[in-house]
Amino acid sequence: MTRLLAWAALLFGLLYFFLPLAGMTEFSMKMRRGVYSFDAYRAVLGDAKFQETFGYSVAMAFATIVFGVLLVVPTAYWVRLKLPRARPYIEFITLLPLVIPAIVIVFGYIRLYNTSSWLPLTGSITGTNFLLMMGYATLALPYMYRSVDTGLRTIDVATLTEAAQSLGAGWVTILARLILPNVLVAVLSGAFLTFAIVIGEFTMAALLDRPAFGPYMQLLGANRAYEPPALAVIAFVITWGCMGLIQLVTRFSKHERAKA
Amino acid sequence: MTTSASAPPAPEAAKPSPARRGLPLSWLGLLPFTLFAVLFLILPTMKIVFGAFQTPDGSFTLQNIRDLNTESILISYWTSIKLSLITALLGCVIGFAMAAGMVLGGLPRAIRGPLLTFSGVASNFAGVPLAFAFIATLGPAGLITIYLRTEFGINLRAYGFNLLSFWGLVATYLFFQIPLMILIITPALDGLKREWREAAQVLGASVGQYWRMVALPILFPSLLGTFALLFANAFGAVATAYALTGPQLNIVPIKLFAQIRGDVLGNPHLGYALAFGMIVITGIANFLYIWLRARSERWLK
Repeated sequence: MTRLLAWAALLFGLLYFFLPLAGMTEFSMKMRRGVYSFDAYRAVLGDAKFQETFGYSVAMAFATIVFGVLLVVPTAYWVRLKLPRARPYIEFITLLPLVIPAIVIVFGYIRLYNTSSWLPLTGSITGTNFLLMMGYATLALPYMYRSVDTGLRTIDVATLTEAAQSLGAGWVTILARLILPNVLVAVLSGAFLTFAIVIGEFTMAALLDRPAFGPYMQLLGANRAYEPPALAVIAFVITWGCMGLIQLVTRFSKHERAKA
Repeated sequence: MTTSASAPPAPEAAKPSPARRGLPLSWLGLLPFTLFAVLFLILPTMKIVFGAFQTPDGSFTLQNIRDLNTESILISYWTSIKLSLITALLGCVIGFAMAAGMVLGGLPRAIRGPLLTFSGVASNFAGVPLAFAFIATLGPAGLITIYLRTEFGINLRAYGFNLLSFWGLVATYLFFQIPLMILIITPALDGLKREWREAAQVLGASVGQYWRMVALPILFPSLLGTFALLFANAFGAVATAYALTGPQLNIVPIKLFAQIRGDVLGNPHLGYALAFGMIVITGIANFLYIWLRARSERWLK
């Protein structure tokens, strides 16, 4: 009886998740009348706008990841090493982006950093790009911090630091050559998740008026029939790839540890 | 939370000289993070909160909050709350059923890994592409719509189903709500000890009694907490709804989106008030989540 219900729940769920994926895949291949073809994908991938916006979002994702790592790893390390009593406060701040909707944060940016303010970031393209990157960094902060902090838990930060210091290492050396390699799996997990979040993000990019992949998808969705599901398939594959890579690095590290 | 409140005064009083010497320097290490958090998280939010209580010339007022009391805005809040409540509830129930089936229901262990991985993917597959997937499936020319019409002669539209409506949005949101529930509740279900069930059975409890009197009370804070998280998750979502229905659907995030783009309410400070209302609602939901989670983790040690 229990087993029957369990199977029923599972089957319902699988059907519910499988059908939209099947639907979008099927629809994306129907561009040519009567036969299945990859015309929609060809049209999308050949579109100069696609290449431009996708390239922009990939670049933003990498910038966000680099910034996030440089911000989170030293902070989480420092808190573990020197300021354990600050931990609840830092953790609380890192969870704030889950409380404050992204649209509210970006609304604040637009009003706080407009052209007539003390820091007119939205006045220039570079400034707006920077602001968008900061926005993405806040979106990724809860996941990045949690991931790195969990990674740091598995190593003995204090002993490693003392050992490195007694061998004459400075802070930069300690962070770059000792801490980072030790939490690399956690950092990579956070990085792939950041990539998955940033690549298709719509709200912030649209409101800051930057040519990102999310707003491009939305625009295409409003004007075309067969290209949008093709984009959805591409986006799904990217998300799947990111999650797969997280699994892969985690498994790889377990393997490494088991050998050692 | 309790430890954090009592911790800060301690170092000045208790710690000997080395800590005292290192104190200002060690706090300096948090400077980059603090700067980032203040400039790009706290100040922007404060700007909205204060803006909600200001007139255009900067003096204090409650008029903006009072101005929220129009029919259109109240309906948009109510629709948003209803949408978030329903998707959170259905997400919890279905996700719980799937997770419980996987952990306790005797399903083969081999499905556990793939299901959790897939949940990770699906809970992140939100936004614009998700809307496309549902349009291609349940939209006017979608896979299921066409299939039902040609094979069974069932016209979904004639039954009143329209993807670009409230219930269409519910169906779409569930695609990321259910997996999120599975991801969060699985560790809690893993934490249910076999001994508790055996002890209950030894004392003569039926399966129903075990669930009603042992398992559910233990899981209750996790369940309610996840419910709050799913609620906030749906409440703040913009992209999916916008890509699905465009700017016309009357829910708060869409209204705010239109307001930021083009001041459709005709009063910039009413926009602040609208956003402030969102912070209050998701804030309450998340506060419940954090509080209940702290309570539930006491049981699952």
